[in-house]
Amino acid sequence: MTRKIDVTRDHCPMTFVKTKLELEKLAPGDELEVLLSQGEPLENVPRSATEAGYDVLEIAPVSGSTHRVRIARP
Amino acid sequence: MSSQVMDAVRREIAQGPEPAESPKKTKKLSIICFSGDFDKAVAAFTLASGAAAVNYEVSMFFTFWGLNLVKNRKGRRFTGKGPAARLFNWLQGGPANLPLSRLNFGGFSPWLMTRLMRKRNVATLNELVEAAKALGVGFYACEMSMNILGITAGDFVDEVRGVIGVPTFLELSRDGETLFI
Repeated sequence: MTRKIDVTRDHCPMTFVKTKLELEKLAPGDELEVLLSQGEPLENVPRSATEAGYDVLEIAPVSGSTHRVRIARP
Repeated sequence: MSSQVMDAVRREIAQGPEPAESPKKTKKLSIICFSGDFDKAVAAFTLASGAAAVNYEVSMFFTFWGLNLVKNRKGRRFTGKGPAARLFNWLQGGPANLPLSRLNFGGFSPWLMTRLMRKRNVATLNELVEAAKALGVGFYACEMSMNILGITAGDFVDEVRGVIGVPTFLELSRDGETLFI
């Protein structure tokens, strides 16, 4: 199952808060697709997800400053 | 010494000591919420929820004016033990009466700032508090300040995990970072 979240319009700390709360809903094997802006969110969301034991599968530019990060719960 | 034992000793010397297992350090942030000001509460809950979201273990210790942030009644209420405490608690109010530390204009500015926060898509104080609760931030109330104000654990939101003193707070914050707001 893949969940999706768009935090491009959010600001600190809600970019991280919303992503973290969505990650906590994942069952093993599930994925979360996060749309976020470059800068602070792009630098820290993948890092904190990795640190919390999730797998970052992909970081890809979408359009403008928006990036897509795919994170899976192992 | 048998040759087998000697071989084992030689192997051990050649390999060097076993690498020490690197201890997994828990990232920890403790915030002493002394101020009951609206803007400082925004700062405290922004730091708390942001840190919890990036895997910090976060504790918030509410003391003196900061106790107003976690009262379960949002508005003014005559509560506490004795007339002086009751009047004092009414004057302070609850989370809905937090003043801005500057340019409060009789309580108009916190309302205006909340509107601006919504308009700019920035989390409001209420949203930050809810985020901190959802992420499991530990709320603790200062026993000594509660005694002065004559209030009890029943005056706080359910998320307040305990009424504690300095030694317990120091134990909670040990080996982490501590902020005083």
